[in-house]
Parts: sequence; C-alpha cells; structure tokens
Amino acid sequence: MTATQTFLWVVLPYVVTVAFAVGMFWRYRYDKYGWTTRSSQMYESRLLRIGSPLFHFGILMALGGHVLGLVVPEGWTEKVGISEHTYHVAAVGFGVIAAVMVVSGLSILIYRRRTVGRVFTVTTRMDKVMYVLLGSVVLLGVFNTVAINLLNITGAYPGGYNYRESVAVWFRSLFVFSPDASGMVLAPPSFQLHAVAAMLLFAFIPFTRLVHIFSAPVGYLSRPYLVYRSRDPRGSARAPRRGWEKIDS
Amino acid sequence: MTRVMAQVGMVMNLDKCIGCHTCSVTCKQTWTNRRGVEYVWFNNVETRPGQGYPRRYEDQEQWKGGWERTKRGKLRLRSGSRFRRLASIFSNPKLPGLDDYYEPWTYDYDTLISSPPMDTVPVARPKSMITGKDMEIRWGANWDDDLGGTAENGHKDPMLKGIEDQVSFEFEKAFMFYLPRICEHCLNPSCVASCPSGAMYKRSEDGIVLVDQDMCRGWRMCVSGCPYKKVYFNHRTGKAEKCTLCYPRIEVGQPTVCSETCVGRLRYLGLFLYDADKVLAAASVENEQDLYEAQLDLLLDPNDPAVIEQARKDGIADDWIEAAQKSPVYALAKTYKLALPLHPEYRTMPMVWYIPPLSPVVDALANTGHDAEDKGNLFAAIEAMRIPIGYLANLMTAGDVSVVDGVLRRLAAMRAYMRDINLGRDPDESIAEAVGLTGEQVYEMYRLLAIAKYEHRYVIPAAHREAAEALEESPGCSLDYDGGPGMQGASAERKGPIPVSIESFHLTKQRALADDHASLPEAGGER
Repeated sequence: MTATQTFLWVVLPYVVTVAFAVGMFWRYRYDKYGWTTRSSQMYESRLLRIGSPLFHFGILMALGGHVLGLVVPEGWTEKVGISEHTYHVAAVGFGVIAAVMVVSGLSILIYRRRTVGRVFTVTTRMDKVMYVLLGSVVLLGVFNTVAINLLNITGAYPGGYNYRESVAVWFRSLFVFSPDASGMVLAPPSFQLHAVAAMLLFAFIPFTRLVHIFSAPVGYLSRPYLVYRSRDPRGSARAPRRGWEKIDS
Repeated sequence: MTRVMAQVGMVMNLDKCIGCHTCSVTCKQTWTNRRGVEYVWFNNVETRPGQGYPRRYEDQEQWKGGWERTKRGKLRLRSGSRFRRLASIFSNPKLPGLDDYYEPWTYDYDTLISSPPMDTVPVARPKSMITGKDMEIRWGANWDDDLGGTAENGHKDPMLKGIEDQVSFEFEKAFMFYLPRICEHCLNPSCVASCPSGAMYKRSEDGIVLVDQDMCRGWRMCVSGCPYKKVYFNHRTGKAEKCTLCYPRIEVGQPTVCSETCVGRLRYLGLFLYDADKVLAAASVENEQDLYEAQLDLLLDPNDPAVIEQARKDGIADDWIEAAQKSPVYALAKTYKLALPLHPEYRTMPMVWYIPPLSPVVDALANTGHDAEDKGNLFAAIEAMRIPIGYLANLMTAGDVSVVDGVLRRLAAMRAYMRDINLGRDPDESIAEAVGLTGEQVYEMYRLLAIAKYEHRYVIPAAHREAAEALEESPGCSLDYDGGPGMQGASAERKGPIPVSIESFHLTKQRALADDHASLPEAGGER
C-alpha cells in the first residue's frame, strides 16, 4: 500500500473518530445552549413541509441500509438463507427509493435555503460547509447505488459491486483495531470518494447543527407526560457533577 | 389521598383594563428586548372581539393545541399520540409561521438625520428586522386594537362561532373589552407534555412552567402544543421561550413586571393550594362545561386543618400556607367565584383567571339613558344582553352562560349595594341576598376589587424563610452554598437555592409602600 492509501484507510478513520469524539464532548460541555436543530420553519413552512420529511425519512432509510450492509457480515445473511443476489436486489431496490427521497428532499431544502430571503439571511458559514459535505456524501452514495450497482455504467461490475467483501470488511476491521484496507484499495474510486467524504462529514458534525442527530427524542415515548422539577438545581433534576456531591447525601 | 402542591396564580379584573398595553411594553423591555424574539410578547393585550395574537390562535380545529378526551375517557394531546408527534418531528404540521404573528420591523431613522437638504420631508422607511430589507407593514401584534379593522376582519374571531350572525360591528351596537394574556402556568400543561426532549417542566414549589434552555433542542412541539400560543420560538437561538411569571421576582416576593406596572391595578397574585393527584381526573371530565367546576374543586381550602396538615407533610412551609390563607386569587376564584379560567375546554387547567367585565352591560345601559347602578336595571340588562354574555361564556366557561350570568349578577349587586353606602344611605341587604351573599361579603368583595392595596393584591411568599437572609441585597458569594468551594463563608449555614435576583425584597417593599419621598430607603442603605 502506498503512503496515501495508508493515510486514507488506516490513519484518517482514527483521526476522524478522535476529532468527532473530542468535538462532541467539547460541544456538549460548552455549548449546550447552541445544541439545537435551529429550525427555520417559522420563516417558511410550505417547502419545508415537503422537503424535510422526504430528506429525513430517506436518510434514516439510508442509515438503516448502511448498518445492514457494513455492520452485518455477508456470512451471517447467507446463513439465514439470504443469497447475495437477493441481498443485492433488496439493497439496490430500497437504496434507490432512499436515494430518490434524499436527493429530492435535499434539493428542495437547498433551493428553499437559497431562494427564501428570510431563511438565507440566517444561514451561517458552517451551514454552507455542512451542505457541501453532506451534498457530496449523498451524491457519491447515490452514484454508487444507481450508476454502479443498478445501471453498471462503467461495465466493470455486472450484477453490481459487492462492497460487502471489501468496504464492509475494512469498516468492521477498524473497530477491532486491526485495519484491513486490502479490499478498500481495490474498490471503485466512487466508493473510495464516498468513504472519504463521509469521514470528513463525521469530523465536522460536532461543529454544525447536525448534532441534533444525537438528540433524537426516543425517550419521549416512555416518559410521563408532565415533568416536575424542583427549583433548586442542586436538589433533584440533575445529578451533581463528580466530586461535587453533597456531603449529607 | 391528596397530595398538596402550591401554585402561584394570577387573577385579572377585566373591568379595570383600559387597554393601555403598559404591561406588554414593560414585559417586553424586561424579557424580550433581544434579537430572535422581536415578535414575542410574553404579555399581550387583545381587544375582544378580535382575532387575538397570533391570529385566530383559539381555533383549535386549525391549531390542534391543548388536550382532548378520547371516546374511552382518556386524556390525549389534541395533536395525536406520542408516536404520531414524533413521526411529524421533521416538520411540525401545526406550527404558526412568522406571518401568523407578524414580521417585526424597525424604521430607517438614519435617513431623517443624514438626509441632504430637499424640497420634501425625508421619510423613515420600514425595514424588516428579519431580513433587513424594505418591507410593507401588513399586520402587527395589535392590529385590531380597539376594534380597528373589524368591519373587515371582525368575523374572523373564532369565539364568535355560533353567535356570528347576532354580533354587530356597527359602532353604536358594538361591545368590546380588553383581554391581557400571559402564560397560564397550567396545572396540566400541554406544552410540557408535548416537549419531546423533556426540556419543559413545572416547578414543584410554585408551579411556574419553564423551558430549560440547555435541554431544549428546538423541536417546536411546545409551540403548537400550547392552545394559548404562549410558548414562542426564538428564531435566532432555535430554542423555545416563554413567560416565566417573572420567577426571579416571585422568588423574592415581588409581583411580576406586568402586575407591578399595571396602571389599572387590575392584577392579583397569590397562592393556590391544589390536589396534584386529582388534576388528571379533573381535566378528563366528560362534559366541557363541567371543567370549570372540576378546576374549582382542585383548589383546596387553605384554612381547612386537614389540608394544612397534609400541606405540611408534603413539605409546604408554614409561611406559604399562611400566604395561601391570605391569597387574593383564592378569594376571587373560589370564595366569591368571580374569577373564571380562560378556555377551560382546552383541559389544561389554566391558572391565570379572569373576572369577566360588567362594562359592556353597564355601557349599553348608560347609553340608553337608564340608571346603570340600579339593581333592577342591571339585572334586567344582564338578562337581556345575551350577546356579550354568550361571547364571554365562549371565552371562559366553554359556553356555559349561567356561570357568567352568576358572576355578572354578583358584580352588579356589588355595584348597586355600594352605591347606597357611598351616598350615605342605608345599604339594601336584599340586593346582597338576591345573589346569595351577605352585605358583609359584598363589602369584602368590594374592598378586594376596588381599594385593595399593594400588599393585599400581591401576596407572594418569598422563596423559603430559611433563605430569606440570602435574599437581601449582596447575598454574599455565590459559591458559599453547602458543600461549595466557599462554604466556609459568612452564610455557610444557609440552606436553599441561590436567588436569581439580588434585589432586596424589603427595599422594594419599602419603596412601594412609602408614603412620601423622605421616607424612601437609601439605595444600598439600611434595611
């Protein structure tokens, strides 16, 4: 492997992970007040009502697809009787649906952000960086699904490129700290670019409004409707920070 | 078994409101004089009939705020199940847009000063405070003030439903009154129940409903969940904000800014003791018109020894129980049954109560040349004037006219009864009896409504007596609390929270009660 390849597939993933972890800690510790979706729905609702659910539900589908494709080894799905072909058809099928949703949703949202004056004036520089990164990740991903795996426009992978034998192996190997980039090196360039763009996006997440991903309010389904809290912040609601507990408690 | 909790409540006597907006302005100067909340009015004053702020907020068919009772008798947020709300989290289907409020603006005042010599007078053009560009002003927080534009928009008031064909907006036949509104600090707040992040909460000590700014993630469900539309979205910070009932002032025993600055002195502040375990059942009663009575039943008699005992068990301090006994809001809501909740049909158990105005009746009577202080005339007029009373009932009793009728008759009786006294005649006890009261009760009512002094209108116990010392000016180091790094400081033995406000309760009290300038305390001087 060349030095560049080592950097991209062995060094960069860990650099990104550290940047992400430290960034998230820093943001949570020092900027809880800024931790929000920063919704612009008040300014404009008509386009958002179409674009936002399309994008978000699409991206959740894509996330589910990535978990299945990258985290679950090929051997496991084969053991439960899902052949590579069945998997591929399902992955491309749902992938194309997700791609249509995400691309149309994101296009509506970006169009809205640029053309609705009220929304454009509150767009920060970081938002723009985020849109470029997110947009590239999405476009490369859609290219992989539609152009390579569905249409095979390069002609190199009839029946689709089996990323589960290369990309997924590399992805899982990162978590056991023995990076195996042998497959990644041979993957189609668009897959490589998609991975690199995604890593950059992850490194940027803590510094953008995308932190709202990590406050998905699933706890709402199980908590009581009404929340009571005592006036004394040291009394109940929040546990005291370590080393600051009351002596008598 | 009961669980006694305390609630700071407010009563507004609508007969006294002159619609001057001082409360709104002072509130805004104190709390929402910032970017991102230009359009936010924690306190606003609406002319009724009128659309209110934001426009038509009371039309819950459209906005789906508050609670509803399911066919099986369970209470559910009107916007649907929890799952349904989470599924619509990516774009709130019922969020009012900026145009439902108004686009805030300022004027380009600079042109007035920097304009070169011209034949014509320079004009300061309106500039949007959102985009900074020129804009056309089409709506404001108070567009239909004093029935302005009602010929065009009057019929859009959602509360005219069912009586719209009878209400006339012709000048001679119109009736109107002002309705100042703040957050209701409900016992069963639907905004709190709507918040996916659990960032909104009701304070267990005083029932004030607040938004934790660190925990709010900007999902906006509280804005649509509140049927009164009194939770606002700060469009710059991306967080929800709302009326705090001026809790930093309440904590040190001061009235809210809106109450303190009210020109008509129409606001009352005090404690309710209520049974927290029965709130859900009360909010779930089947018939909407029974909600007012159910809400009254929640309020416990602070003089009942059993209630006092239970309140102590539930950790309510003695000075708070004492304050509850002197509470003007309890007297107005429960003892005299003069104050009514705003829109009980939302099932949120609102804790800002209103004494319906007798003035539409009195005005109409006086305009016809009749004696508007005569018992017979007043009672007959209440009997005859179904439209204002029907309207008030839509606002305060889910349409139950008899309750509003009763309140207005008691107010009318007080008016007639006191006239005799003021003219030096013997009071006519039959007037009091006609509304089921004694002359003494009518007189007490009069004292509370007409001449109550500052300390009788605002009976607010300061946070905790143990912390009273800390509430004086210069409360010492904020790190002095128990276990804190400065705990060896002067007030190390002090327990309880650090007050948000450091203004002295006693200083302000002296200032407010001082008879002349000479007896005013020196700032920072002795206390």
